[in-house]
Amino acid sequence: MNQTLFDKLWAQHRVKTLDGGEDLIAIDRVFLHERTGSVALESIVESGRTPLRPEHVFATMDHIVSNKAGRGGDDARTPGGDVFITATREAAQKTGINLIDVLDADQGIVHVISPELGIAQPGLTLVCPDSHTCSQGALGALAWGIGSTDAEHAIVTGCLRVKKPPQMRITVNGAFGAGVTAKDLALHIIARFGAAGAKRCAVEYAGDVVRNFSIEERLTLCNMAVEFAAFTAIVAPDEITFDYLKGKRFAPKNDVWEQAVASWNTLKTDRGAAFDFDYVVHAQDVKPTVTWGTSPAQAVAIDGRVPLGAETKALDYMNIEAGTKLSELAIGGAFIGSCTNARLSDLRAAADVIKGKTVAKGVSAICVPGSMAVRRAAEAEGLDAIFISAGFEWGAAGCAFCFYAGGETFAPGTRVISSTNRNFEGRQGPGVRTHLASPAVVAASAIAGRIVAPKEILK
Amino acid sequence: MMPFSTHTGTAAPMLRDNIDTDQIIPSREMKSVTKTGLGDGMFAGQRYLNDRVENPDFVLNQEIYRGATILLSGKNFGCGSSREHAVWALKEYGFRAVIAESFGEIFYNNCVRNGILCVQMEAEFIAARDLIVTIDLHMQTVDDVSFKIPRGDKAMLIGGLDPIAMTLQHEDDIAAHIMRDKTTRPWVY
Repeated sequence: MNQTLFDKLWAQHRVKTLDGGEDLIAIDRVFLHERTGSVALESIVESGRTPLRPEHVFATMDHIVSNKAGRGGDDARTPGGDVFITATREAAQKTGINLIDVLDADQGIVHVISPELGIAQPGLTLVCPDSHTCSQGALGALAWGIGSTDAEHAIVTGCLRVKKPPQMRITVNGAFGAGVTAKDLALHIIARFGAAGAKRCAVEYAGDVVRNFSIEERLTLCNMAVEFAAFTAIVAPDEITFDYLKGKRFAPKNDVWEQAVASWNTLKTDRGAAFDFDYVVHAQDVKPTVTWGTSPAQAVAIDGRVPLGAETKALDYMNIEAGTKLSELAIGGAFIGSCTNARLSDLRAAADVIKGKTVAKGVSAICVPGSMAVRRAAEAEGLDAIFISAGFEWGAAGCAFCFYAGGETFAPGTRVISSTNRNFEGRQGPGVRTHLASPAVVAASAIAGRIVAPKEILK
Repeated sequence: MMPFSTHTGTAAPMLRDNIDTDQIIPSREMKSVTKTGLGDGMFAGQRYLNDRVENPDFVLNQEIYRGATILLSGKNFGCGSSREHAVWALKEYGFRAVIAESFGEIFYNNCVRNGILCVQMEAEFIAARDLIVTIDLHMQTVDDVSFKIPRGDKAMLIGGLDPIAMTLQHEDDIAAHIMRDKTTRPWVY
C-alpha cells in the first residue's frame, strides 16, 4: 500500500491502538521551556514518578529570560519571572534531564536550538509544551505542540495517546518573485486557507519551492502551521537536511550516521499515496505579505489595501479603515526575533536592507537573535555592528518581544512591524498593534518609518 | 479529575471566531509555577478595566451570565499558545464545558486532560441556545441534539481518569516496542 511520509512515521512509532480508538505513540524526545515545562517537571517531582529516559528530555530557558546583554542567570524580563527560571533549574536537576541554562553557550529559543544542536532529526517524534513545536517538522521529524499534562505524560511513560490526524499536502511549485521569502509563503497560505483552515491535519509541505528551501526557510514555513490549525507540518528529509545535521552535537556519529541516513532516505511519501486534502500553491502568486488585522489569516500583499468588509473588531483594535493602503501606515516599533524568524539567514536578510542606513525618528527598533549561537555567528560577520549603527537594540537570545508577559514592551497604541508569528490583540503588549512580516520587510519599514517593501529602501 | 456525566448550567455566549489562549489567560496573569490561582486572571484583558475594576460590557460580568459553567463560541476556540493555564483558568472559574464550531487542537486535548468537555456544533445551533443548556455526555447530546466525540475522550471524561496511570498499564508493550526499535534505529537511543 502506498504510504505518506506521515503514515510511515506514525506506523514506526505506534506501540498499539487503544480501546478508545487513539494510538499509543512512542515519543523519542521531549523539549521543555521554563514557562510551561516547569509546571510539568514540578508535577512529576510531586507525584513521585520519574522520567522513563531522562537523557532524552531537554529543557531550556527562553520565554521570560532577560534579553539584555550581560544578563544574570536568574534575570527575567517580566516582574517575578525569575521563579520560573529557578523552578525549572531545580526540577531539571532533581529529575536528571538535560538542562541548557540561561548562561550556557547553547541557550536560545527551543525551536531554534533543537535543530541547531541536532536534537531534532528526521524520523524522530518530538513534543514540547509549546505550540510552535511544529517548526521542527522542517527536519522531517514528527514534532507537535502539547500541554503541560501531556508533557508530563510523555516524560514518564515515553508515549502519548493520540488519535491519528487527517492529512493534507500543500505542494508549492514555480518560482518566487524578487523579495519573496518563506515567511511570505506562510502568511499567504494562512490567508488563503483561514486560521482554522488546516482542520487538525498533519500537513506535508512539498514541491520544488520547498525542496529548494534551506533548513532555515523550512523552519519558518513549518513554524506557522499551527496558525492555521494544523496538528503539525512536515517536510521530507533530503540531502539538504543531512548536510545541515552532519556533525551537530546530538546528531548520529560515525558508523551509525550512515545507517541513519539510509533509514532517513526512506522517509518520503510514496507515489500515489492518498491525502485527505491535496492543494497546490503557485509560487508566482505569493507576494511580500503583511498582516493588517488581529489574526495571521488577515494578511494581504504589501502593495495591497485592507480589504473592504474587513472584520470591524480587528479594524478597531488596529485603528485602521477598510481600503487603507498598508504602505500608508506609519510605525512606532520594529522587532526582528522569535522562533519564526531569528536565525542567521533572517538576520543577514535584515542587515542587507539596513546597512549604512538609520532607523526613522520615533521608531523603537529591536533585534533579538534566536540563540546565543546565532548571536555569535552574526557578530563574527559584523551584523551586530550594522544593526547597532542603524539604531537597533541588539539583545541576548530568547522569545523577547514576540509576546508580552508583563515588563518592558512597546507603549499602548504603538503600531509595530514584527517578524514574529502572532498578531493577536495584546500579544506584544496591551493595545500594541502588531503587523507580521518577513525580516527584510521589518528592516525596511524600520528605516522608512512606515510599512514598505525592501525594494523601496534599496533603490 | 472531576468526572463528567451530565451537566445543566448557564451558557455564556462569546460568539466570535479565533478566541485564542492569550485572551483566555494573558501571559502576564501566569505568575507562579502551579496549576492554580489562575481563575482570577481568566479573560483579564476584557474582563477588567484599569485597577482590576470589572468591565460591565464583558459578558461574564453581566448579571444573568454570572456563574456561567458553559461557554459558547465560534470557530477555532482556544487556538494559539499551548498554555494549559487557559484550561486551568476556565476550570478554576467553574466552567465545565465549551460548545464551539471548532477548537484549537492542543487546547482540546488539554481540556480532556482536565475534565472539561469540548463539544463541536454548528454555528446556528450554538447561536440558538437558551440561557440554560443541558449536556448529557453518556447520551452525547446538548439539549437533546446529538454530538460526536472520540470514544477515548468520552471514557476519559466520564471516568475522570488519570491518563498517565492508564498509559502505565501498557508498560510491557511500551518496553517491547523500545526493544524492537533499538535494533532498527540504534542511533535514536
